[in-house]
Amino acid sequence: MALQSAVTDIELLKDRPAVACLLAGLPGALQSAKFDRDELTLWIDPIQLIAALDLLRTSSETRFAVLADLTALDWFPSEPRFEVVYSLLSHERRERIRVKVKVNGADPYLESVTALWAGASPFEREVFDLFGIRFHGHPDLRRILLPDDWEGHPLRKDYPVEGYR
Amino acid sequence: MPSIDQFRSVPVIETRGGDPTMVLNMGPQHPSTHGVLRLLLEIDGETIVRIRPDIGFLHTGIEKSCEAKFYQQVIPMTDRIDYLCPMTNNLAYVLAVEKLLGLEIPPRAIWIRLMLNELTRINSHLVWLGTHALDIGAMTVFLYCFREREEILNMFEMVSGQRMMTSYFRVGGVALDLPLGFLDYVKNFASYFPDRIEQYSDLLTNNPIWLGRTKGVARITREDALQLMLSGPTARGSGVDWDLRRDMPYAGYDQLEFKVPVDNGGDVFARYQVRMEELRQSIGMVKQAIARLPDGPYKADAPKIVLPDREKMKTQMESLIHHFKIVTEGFTVPEGEVYQGVESPRGEMGYYVVSDGTAKPYRVHMRSPSFANLNAIGVMCEHNLLADVIAAIGSIDIVLGDVDR
Repeated sequence: MALQSAVTDIELLKDRPAVACLLAGLPGALQSAKFDRDELTLWIDPIQLIAALDLLRTSSETRFAVLADLTALDWFPSEPRFEVVYSLLSHERRERIRVKVKVNGADPYLESVTALWAGASPFEREVFDLFGIRFHGHPDLRRILLPDDWEGHPLRKDYPVEGYR
Repeated sequence: MPSIDQFRSVPVIETRGGDPTMVLNMGPQHPSTHGVLRLLLEIDGETIVRIRPDIGFLHTGIEKSCEAKFYQQVIPMTDRIDYLCPMTNNLAYVLAVEKLLGLEIPPRAIWIRLMLNELTRINSHLVWLGTHALDIGAMTVFLYCFREREEILNMFEMVSGQRMMTSYFRVGGVALDLPLGFLDYVKNFASYFPDRIEQYSDLLTNNPIWLGRTKGVARITREDALQLMLSGPTARGSGVDWDLRRDMPYAGYDQLEFKVPVDNGGDVFARYQVRMEELRQSIGMVKQAIARLPDGPYKADAPKIVLPDREKMKTQMESLIHHFKIVTEGFTVPEGEVYQGVESPRGEMGYYVVSDGTAKPYRVHMRSPSFANLNAIGVMCEHNLLADVIAAIGSIDIVLGDVDR
């Protein structure tokens, strides 16, 4: 099983239902795409994130009705610094895709997806806790794993592995 | 009026819409919370108005620690996440790294992994059944379940030298071949275990006390289960017909024959029925794996990634160099990212591994099933009786190491 090189040309990925659906339904939302190791990753414009996720969730061609995972990545020191990663799953089509959104480091915030998936609430709290990315519209955005008076966000790359003390 | 979310430490009486409600603290040191789960319960008499889990007592920053370790050094960390099913965590992680590397592993390793994974599922379900029954008041089941669990822990000790933190799987295969006498031990276990499952079932399934405590208790609908991102037996007990082993097969599960039990009841009893049937299916899969276990190498032929045999390392210069390099510098993994979901005894265990081309992972994220399944506690318990919280927690089958990581 030799590794194939990644496909990053949107033109070549047009036959993928998720890509086709976004290009037709929300022109301009899809910034780039990558197909690598049998996994499709889409980068979405942060302003159109909720509309794009809702489209992928409800469209009859994609039907990614399940949010499997929500997490973030820190690409410190490059900008935009963060990527928030949504793993979508379709039970009907037995397929996964990964939707990513870039978030800048100076004032990291995004719209919350709790209106689409109520279960995303603790996942967003975890990202807030460990990365310091805020989610607008989240019903109860507090730290979840660390104590309320903790300083800093440990999963950021500029946070030392040993902690500050 | 202060809200329940502001009460972090002291139980306080407050008024809510004229009727007095009380905020009651449960845990974190409570035997029925299966670890250190703390629940804040706002109660009106004996009825729960709102319930808020407070987690993080076992948070050890495993995701952060992984970023400072070589790829092979992460494996022992994965055991400690969900300490009732270490092999499942090992498997999810090594599959993700193997996918990043494009590494193929030999058939014997695949079948060894399958067999141990199903034994892990039985081990985890036995702990669930024993403690769940104990919480509700049936002491005998606990003793019976731990009798059989002991046998499985003996098997783990035979293959890895450890009873709980096995760290037996490696990137590219398994650490060592199966020891002599291991297969006979498992065969013997597989011959009597199906009868033991019926023993547990006889103690509970038609027991009027058990039925009274579980039937119609802590209901959750299929729609809510999907909205709240539930997975595994907790979702299958609400009619979600989804099992990664069958629907998105990994690690060779497409070669096994098994049924996925689904129950539409949505209550504690339905989830009990699903897990009992999974026990029967799992022991069937173990038998298939024993029957079909092929001979051959137990690790991939990839000298730059897989450690050489001891014998070769001590007699051949090249193997010695490879050994030295892997141990001191690790092995590099091509740039990329992979999400590998596996069906753990609790639901979808997902490992999201990002590589930047070095010998250490850039990020390892664990999507743990217990963390998501804990979402259900609100829907299950609100407007129900206080005593049923214990049954609800038991039926979700959370492991706090898995929740807090």
